[in-house]
Amino acid sequence: MTSKAVTSNTMLRWGLYAVLILFALFYLMPLFVMLTTSLKSLEEIRTGSLLSLPRELTFAPWAEAWSSACAGTQCQGLRPFFWNSVLMAVPAVAISTIVGALNGYVFAQWRFRGANLFFAAILFGCFIPFQVVLLPMAQMLGLMGIAGTIPGLIFVHVIYGIGFTTLFFRNYYVTIPQELVRAAKVDGAGFFRIFFAIFLPLSLPIITVSVIWQFTQIWNDFLFGVSFSGPGSQPVTVALNNIVNSTTGVKAYNVDMAAAIIAAAPTLLVYVIAGKYFIRGLTAGSVKG
Amino acid sequence: MEWLERNVPKLVLAPSFVAILVFVYGFIAWTAWISLTRSRLMPRYEFEGIGQYERLFAAPRWDVAMDNLFIFGGLFIVISMVIGLMLAIFLDQRIRAEGVLRTVYLYPMALSLIVTGTAWKWILNPGLGIQATVRSWGFENFTFDWLIRPEMAIYTIVLAAVWQASGFVMALFLAGLRSVDTEIIRAAQVDGIPTHRIYSAIIIPTMAPIFLSAFIVLAHLAIKAFDLVIALTNGGPGYATDLPATYMYAMAFSRGDLGQAAASAMVMMMVIFAIVVPYLYSELRPRHDK
Repeated sequence: MTSKAVTSNTMLRWGLYAVLILFALFYLMPLFVMLTTSLKSLEEIRTGSLLSLPRELTFAPWAEAWSSACAGTQCQGLRPFFWNSVLMAVPAVAISTIVGALNGYVFAQWRFRGANLFFAAILFGCFIPFQVVLLPMAQMLGLMGIAGTIPGLIFVHVIYGIGFTTLFFRNYYVTIPQELVRAAKVDGAGFFRIFFAIFLPLSLPIITVSVIWQFTQIWNDFLFGVSFSGPGSQPVTVALNNIVNSTTGVKAYNVDMAAAIIAAAPTLLVYVIAGKYFIRGLTAGSVKG
Repeated sequence: MEWLERNVPKLVLAPSFVAILVFVYGFIAWTAWISLTRSRLMPRYEFEGIGQYERLFAAPRWDVAMDNLFIFGGLFIVISMVIGLMLAIFLDQRIRAEGVLRTVYLYPMALSLIVTGTAWKWILNPGLGIQATVRSWGFENFTFDWLIRPEMAIYTIVLAAVWQASGFVMALFLAGLRSVDTEIIRAAQVDGIPTHRIYSAIIIPTMAPIFLSAFIVLAHLAIKAFDLVIALTNGGPGYATDLPATYMYAMAFSRGDLGQAAASAMVMMMVIFAIVVPYLYSELRPRHDK
């Protein structure tokens, strides 16, 4: 290679890194701004710059966001709603994952006539805009007597989550050779015996994918939360939106930002700890093979 | 007993079968029916015809919502794909700290859109956000007030949505780039074909299915976009940033117009199906070529 070519190559590499770092800053900027704003006093926010570090650290906005920020006339902070989200997400994730695992096991290994059609119907259901079920679901939850309650929200999240969980497990179990099931059947093992002895022990990766996907979806959900929750059962996303748009009193941007970080923390934590599985969930079904 | 043994798989699927039948297909049918009645505050079941759809398409607010969907959806999809592809190709050049960069690009996808909207609302507010910051640096005339300008506010939603989803598109494309047969690439390199030609003539054409997947996922996100609009602009100023999803919600829960809500939901579903059905069909068709 001539020295000129080497120079232009080095320039190219520098340019490459410059672009990549510029984009990294673009993605990080909102998080940075949220964090620094949440640690500034209102006085400093008014006089300082968006991008500057706090001159004097204050954790008061965090305390207020957690336990006393007002949404309308209610001043309880995010705390009760954070726990609502936990109480809603944990059972909904567990139930939809268990149902998805069993469904996927049947679709992958116990084919019967009409199974493919049913699977297509489930897959189709993953793509509907939820707006199309919002009205009848509101009526149905009323009929069932669980409108505006956390069990109601759990029910909705399970129903509309099993499509994806079934897809995850089916695509995973399909790679396990059918001879294994056939041999186990010859040995006299039944449906559940085979599931618990052979399939479940192999399932840790896909259970992780399913749990992370469902948790992220349910924790971050806003549409079902705002449509089907009552005053005492609102999930954290709805409470965050109410706090931010609360018109009473002075606009406390630092409290808003602290509240936003608190609402985002659980899914962000999951992403940092188990990013690999998070990405697998995102790409499952959209990238084949 | 033997019957039970034989039918266990079907019995296991039965609850899901009933649930999907009732809560997906039954509910779609219910909404479709309501969209053909005179329902207002309460559902009424007497068939009326396509009056709700005529009212819907005559409503200026729905017009704005559909226009916004095409502006927002088009820009969101194109920009996310361009940024995603560019970042994926750049990251594919044996970059140091690739793992860290990937993590940084993708983390917004883990956030709730309400959080994203709240953050960008603060960054974009003209009084204390970017505009004020740049002015404080000495550029007194710098203006960046899209958030409060009716004709520009929709672009703030594009900006926030691209911020959230482009890293995900990058991950999709990067996985695609990595799955291209390295033998072919090495052979091309040996033949002295320049890198940009290798990408444009060999690698990118083999990734056509990934472009399609990314398009489907992004289009789906765009049509369902609701939380982000609520958090960032709440449909405003006025209803300048309404999307079909926020229109539907307003009709259903604040205007008490079930007929309009049902009709707009049905239109949303048809738009999604027009995009997704051909895709699903091609996915589910038995493959002979492998």
